[in-house]
Amino acid sequence: MFYREAGDFKTSYTDDSQTFPIRFDRYRYYAVLIVAFAVIPFVINDYWVNAVLLPFLIYSIAAIGLNILVGYCGQVSLGTGGFMAVGAYAVYKLMTAFPEISIFIHVILAGGITAGVGVLFGLPSLRIKGFYLAVATLAAQFFLVWLFNRVPWFYNYSASGQISAPERTILGVPITGAQTAPWAAYLFCLVFVVACAIIARNLTRGMAGRKWMAIRDMDIAAEIIGVNPLKAKLSAFAVSSFFVGISGALFFAVYLGAVEVGEVFGINKSFLVLFMVIIGGLGSIFGSFAGAAFLVLLPVLLKNTLVGGLGWPTDLAAHLEFMIVGALIVIFLIAEPHGLAQLWRVAKEKLRLWPFPH
Amino acid sequence: MKDMTPEGYTTEDGRKIGGVVMEMKNISLRFGGVVAIKDISFDIRQGEIRAIIGPNGAGKSSMLNVISGFYHPQEGEIWYQGKLRPPMKPYEVAQQGIARTFQNIALFEGMTVLDNVMTGRIRQMKAGLFAQAIWKGKAEREEVENRAVVEKVIDFLEIQHIRKTPVSRLPYGLKKRVELARALAAEPSILLLDEPMAGMNVEEKEDMSRFILDVNDEFGTTIALIEHDMGVVMDLSDRVVVMDYGRKIGDGTPDEVRNNQDVIDAYLGVAHD
Repeated sequence: MFYREAGDFKTSYTDDSQTFPIRFDRYRYYAVLIVAFAVIPFVINDYWVNAVLLPFLIYSIAAIGLNILVGYCGQVSLGTGGFMAVGAYAVYKLMTAFPEISIFIHVILAGGITAGVGVLFGLPSLRIKGFYLAVATLAAQFFLVWLFNRVPWFYNYSASGQISAPERTILGVPITGAQTAPWAAYLFCLVFVVACAIIARNLTRGMAGRKWMAIRDMDIAAEIIGVNPLKAKLSAFAVSSFFVGISGALFFAVYLGAVEVGEVFGINKSFLVLFMVIIGGLGSIFGSFAGAAFLVLLPVLLKNTLVGGLGWPTDLAAHLEFMIVGALIVIFLIAEPHGLAQLWRVAKEKLRLWPFPH
Repeated sequence: MKDMTPEGYTTEDGRKIGGVVMEMKNISLRFGGVVAIKDISFDIRQGEIRAIIGPNGAGKSSMLNVISGFYHPQEGEIWYQGKLRPPMKPYEVAQQGIARTFQNIALFEGMTVLDNVMTGRIRQMKAGLFAQAIWKGKAEREEVENRAVVEKVIDFLEIQHIRKTPVSRLPYGLKKRVELARALAAEPSILLLDEPMAGMNVEEKEDMSRFILDVNDEFGTTIALIEHDMGVVMDLSDRVVVMDYGRKIGDGTPDEVRNNQDVIDAYLGVAHD
């Protein structure tokens, strides 16, 4: 009833091309932002931050990044885990080499470094497409993990071969290290998530996004209207890797604190983020959030109901969880190949006409 | 042929046609042993509607692909706006102001009509990635300015009502029109149309013919088109090139071409003795 554009006239092209053209959407977006920034930090505890909120926020950034590459530009990548590792090791090296510079800048720089690496591994996309490109990015995944395992310079010659984040503060508040308060880590990640989402949205609704989507939908036609395929594909790899690098940096520095690269940033991570993108919806920023929420929350929910609610043994619940999540993914892909974002769109279409659908 | 000065000529309906924009000189194109185009020369003049016709397999589409940079001829020269054109990639040709449509529609199915037409403005939109990321300054200004141009084209081709519809949901005839809109949005100096009326019914053909004439009339756009419907070609075009088996067998006004014995033979067949 409130959700419709009737009476909401646009008088300029700026108004018409804004992110939330419908007024109700816009207010809901502001409401979510206010709750996220001004309410949640005061009510959360350690469990919520570490089990739910931080993984959700950080995976959202990774999913947005991968969605730009796969969903918008149509270049399949299985190297997400490797690129997250680049972000993590970049931020580690920066943190230890320049301790006086703010961690905030380090995370952004780590994203930039990952963007460069992403462009490098994106070069094959100029020659190969589809599954073949996926295999080429798979090579990136294994090569990068191997590199970080084998070259001691990356982990500062530590005996364990692990990297662990030293304590860094912003305005005197610790963001990384053991002393970090849940709300500080949460807010730090939230700032990055919001900024990344806005940047991704701006890029995808403008000319850069149109170029990417043109390459995705029909690369020959894209070229004939003047899209330089080299620039378009490599810029998609760069932007995508930038976001993935930031998420990797946050994953290591803020969320885990210590990382063994093969375990944390292995091929499983690549698949997990890819599943998020596919389940959430290819080519949708909202879908990236929905997919991340789905795959982060579902295991937590299942564990709580099976172990906490029904009192089943933990190992049984853990295996059941695999089966249920797997089955849900399959069901999802059959029933709604366009993902949660499409469900959301359909719901909104219905809502626009409600309560008088005829 | 009519008196054709280097500066141009005047058509029967009084339109002024300018000098030569593009000149093909002795173009030959081979695929391995197959000769697709053999030693063809013709020119396209400013503001005219130039048709390329010929039976199936005559090399018309290959000719268009040579112009738009998909194929690179083994021999011959392309002169564009008074300069010899070096071998170019298709996107570089587009950046020079040559837009085209395809025989089987080449739209971006996952995007809305508006976004599809906006892609036509690539040549004019130059804001960098960073400006676009924050959506301020040059990026925003360009977006609004070019949207205004695009809306004019949308208005012109009467597709306002489907502006925000994904292209994949549109019927064939409308898709053809959206593709024309995308090419027009580029404000091209030469517009190449590859069978703009293929697969259309009479009514849609009439619409499309009207749009082509209007585009040429209002914007003064130079148009080169391939078409199979002889009635349409003869009515629309100022000059016609006729191809057969990769060779040029006729060139001139529709009337001249109609009375050319080689052309009649090519279309009706001739007894070989």
